[in-house]
Amino acid sequence: MLRLFFAILLTAVAAPAAAQETLQDILQSHAEEVADPGRRSVGVVIEDLLEAGVPGAPLFLDAWQNREVVLNEGDGLFYIAGEEEGGMTVLRDIADGAAVGEAPSGALSEVRPNGGVRRVIGAALVQFRLSDPDASTRRRALEAIARRPDADQIEPLAASIEAEESPLIRDEKLRLLNILTARYGETTEERVAAIEAMAGSITPDARAALSDILATRDRIVPAAEAEEPGALPLRLPRDEAYARLVEEGLAPPLVTPAAIRDAILANAEGETVAGLPLAAMDTDAARREAYDRLAAEGLVEPFVTPEQIEAAVAAHRFEASYTEGDPQVIEAARAALGSVETQVVLNRTADLALDALSLASIYFLAAIGLAITFGVMGVINMAHGEFIMMGAYTGYLVQQFVPDYTLSLIIALPLAFAVTAAAGIAMERLVIRHLYHRPLETLLATFGISIALQQLAKNIFGTQARPLTSPDWLSGQWVVNELVSISYIRIAIFVLALVFLGLLLFILNRTRLGLEVRAVTQNPGMASSMGIDPDRINMLTFGLGSGIAGIAGVAIGLYAQVTSEMGANYIVQSFMTVVVGGVGNVWGTLAGAGLIGVLQKVIEGFNPSNTLAAQTYMILFIILFIQVRPRGIVALRGRAAEG
Amino acid sequence: MTDAALPLRSGRPPVRRTSTMVFLVALAAFAVLVTVLAGADMISTSFVKLLGKTLCLALAAVAMDVVWGYTGILSLGHMAFFGLGGYAIGMWLMWARTEAIVASNLAASALPPTPGELREGIGGQIFGVVGSSDIPLIWSFAHSLPLQLAMVVLVPGLLALVFGWLAFRSRVTGVYLSILTQAMTLALSLYLFQNDTGLRGNNGLSGLQNIPGFPAASQAQISIAFFWASALALALGYLLFAWVVSGRMGSVLRAVRDDEARVRFLGYHVESFKLFAFTLTAVVTGIAGALYYPQAGIINPGEVAPIASIYLAVWVAIGGRGRLYGAAIGAIAVSLVSNWFTSGGAPDLDLGVYEIRWTEWWLVLLGVSFVLVTLLAPKGLGGLVDLWTQRRRGPARRAAYGPDTGAKRPEEGAE
Repeated sequence: MLRLFFAILLTAVAAPAAAQETLQDILQSHAEEVADPGRRSVGVVIEDLLEAGVPGAPLFLDAWQNREVVLNEGDGLFYIAGEEEGGMTVLRDIADGAAVGEAPSGALSEVRPNGGVRRVIGAALVQFRLSDPDASTRRRALEAIARRPDADQIEPLAASIEAEESPLIRDEKLRLLNILTARYGETTEERVAAIEAMAGSITPDARAALSDILATRDRIVPAAEAEEPGALPLRLPRDEAYARLVEEGLAPPLVTPAAIRDAILANAEGETVAGLPLAAMDTDAARREAYDRLAAEGLVEPFVTPEQIEAAVAAHRFEASYTEGDPQVIEAARAALGSVETQVVLNRTADLALDALSLASIYFLAAIGLAITFGVMGVINMAHGEFIMMGAYTGYLVQQFVPDYTLSLIIALPLAFAVTAAAGIAMERLVIRHLYHRPLETLLATFGISIALQQLAKNIFGTQARPLTSPDWLSGQWVVNELVSISYIRIAIFVLALVFLGLLLFILNRTRLGLEVRAVTQNPGMASSMGIDPDRINMLTFGLGSGIAGIAGVAIGLYAQVTSEMGANYIVQSFMTVVVGGVGNVWGTLAGAGLIGVLQKVIEGFNPSNTLAAQTYMILFIILFIQVRPRGIVALRGRAAEG
Repeated sequence: MTDAALPLRSGRPPVRRTSTMVFLVALAAFAVLVTVLAGADMISTSFVKLLGKTLCLALAAVAMDVVWGYTGILSLGHMAFFGLGGYAIGMWLMWARTEAIVASNLAASALPPTPGELREGIGGQIFGVVGSSDIPLIWSFAHSLPLQLAMVVLVPGLLALVFGWLAFRSRVTGVYLSILTQAMTLALSLYLFQNDTGLRGNNGLSGLQNIPGFPAASQAQISIAFFWASALALALGYLLFAWVVSGRMGSVLRAVRDDEARVRFLGYHVESFKLFAFTLTAVVTGIAGALYYPQAGIINPGEVAPIASIYLAVWVAIGGRGRLYGAAIGAIAVSLVSNWFTSGGAPDLDLGVYEIRWTEWWLVLLGVSFVLVTLLAPKGLGGLVDLWTQRRRGPARRAAYGPDTGAKRPEEGAE
């Protein structure tokens, strides 16, 4: 009873005393262990440091690990060594790193922990950082673990979880702990449970951990040797199998043409080799014969015959075995990786779908103006691409005068519409009006305008690309998970395309103008006799179509660069979209853009590095598609179809 | 429609014969003049090459006129055939020249080279720029001049045949067909731009100005020889097309241009006529390309980009659609003037406030003048010939010759 009382009393006395204890005090109580740390003794110091929870411990541990701690013989205290100048070294406090004085360099003895000790300190440091009050430090520590996972990290990580306050970081800690346990856990059950918990997780580190567990090593063993359980036989083509035997030094190398050549040159005597004239060595057969003779004389290694290759390959067994020894773990990892791969495929598909959607909305924006003018007037406007370019340059110019990117964007969109619509109306009044019912001539005349505008832009703005900077709120990207992400600009373009789809549908189906436009599209003669002025409709439609091109230009300029040739890059794609979708119909253009966007991304998905091939195949597909539906996906009916 | 709308004439009308004779005589005189001037060193070798190349372009333009001006198919992909002809001959030129270089390099070594070593050396030389030394399958015939010459005809011909068959069969016409042909040439250029398709990607084929087998010939001699070959090809091509567009065949082609449906109802197999015109012109364009690129010295995928084919149509339109000499004049005039402007030959224009440098402003001028020609002078440069001959037939015609988009307009002149 008395003992118990004393014990309680002691704790009560010791507790406040410990709270006032400084880092230096703790170190002083272990002065010997700190100054000359051994692998065992260091543990005691760190334990005490952890227990005391004194501030500055991580700083000290970091310095200790990096061999920056010195013992000042003068006062017997520990410091962090600062800059040295003229034989005097600045002394910094071990707890906060502030300079506290100077001491002659000779009076300082450096503390030099060895490699093993530093690892122990490092592990302790991890634990300190994982329990650091600053959340960003904890996050950094977790990232460091994820980058370089190690068996030593399990313990400090597990220890830090309980006290973690932030639920996000706590989840991340649990996830990492799970990955570490899967790789380095002690018991089979523990590891299998951890691996099973990883099923369906698509983070790269989880996938790396699983494939690390399933890593195999190829081995070549004599065929006679008994099979090892768990080894997977490798089926190699004969040539590759033999090449591996040669690599391992288990078979003589094949005689290559270069080796034949070198052997002949090395054994040439004057103008002959092995009795054959050198001048006749201009075919492979002659060279092989000469080499054969040299081999018969024992001067060079003989050819390896196909039978020898066969025999050498047959004499060995090629197999792969897991580096992981525990079959239960392997089984669990295999199952987990299978489900992970399914998840990866699903997510990749989702990502591809997002990409395709965004590409389709760009094509839609670029092509819808063209589709309107083509549908109503049967006119292909080759300068449409240059209207896109004009819109983008309008956006660029507005940014030169309005530094606020959000505001400049709000100004640029209607301004681009106004500028290009005006250009379109001017072109319609001056040129196209005179070429009605001559679509081929219109095509060529608008091509003339296109090259003139392009060169004009080059003369004014130069050939280098001009930036059209997006506002900050559009610059990031929306990350769903590691595999699925999309930039905000692309979302904005998608929204813009949706807005224009809705707007056009409204104008065409719900307004007087739309009614007249549709009437002129379907039967210009009849529309005219019903009192609709086709001239006015044509002008307005052309203005509308061109104006949309200008807005598309601003949108495209935000994510691509603004050059004088940017329109030309989109014009053929826009034509394709219109032709595939069908003329004179908003839904047709939408279908065309969707088909082309999805198709291009799917083909790119097979070989992401080769976008040129994807475009080539896509155009071939379109040419074939036109065979099946010459008038596009959504074909017009009635008189307008006879264009 | 008057009776003159579908003139089913047999035999060549005299005016055509005259224009053909005048064209051929003028071409011969031009060739002789250039030879004499070059012989007297009054014009440079590079200018002779430029003229030779221009004649090849004129041949391509004449072919384009047959397909557009006479048959009504505005093909925006004919330069694809031009480029294919160039690639076909370029493969042999490059192979043969590289073979000679590799052989002379290997001759210095102690052992005479084997065929395998030669191939390896050639592969390394030609495909080193695209990081490979394997010889792709499409180069299988490159060692043989006769086979590659056959390719000059066969590759453009087959492509045109297959593409034309697909397109005409499904009755793709007018602007749709133009876009489809444009897609074809875009696909081809994208295909050629890839490094792994075996034609050296965007490096293209180079060193084509060196003709293997004539190591002693100077570039001056080669340029004159090619100039003559180009002139001869233009003359023969012109004769061929003058023959095709006259007579019954020509009448059917023009009728297809003006009113395809009516010709079909009359019992003609329209698709076959269109396919014939498309394929024949593609082959001739391919031959023109095969003569062009040895004079240019280099060919790359940019040459078959869609814009090149649009320019071809522009030349025909500026020269005057529907008359063979017009296409030739248009091509020669535009490409020579264009060369004069872009090479800095034209004096800069000082407006006081702004100095117009023609190297920068030429395309603007070309674009605007092209719009003006389309709007104001549908007859093109060929219309000047009408002024000369004072030919004013068919003043009564007010409407176009037919309802089709490609039909001839009265402003473009009489047939």
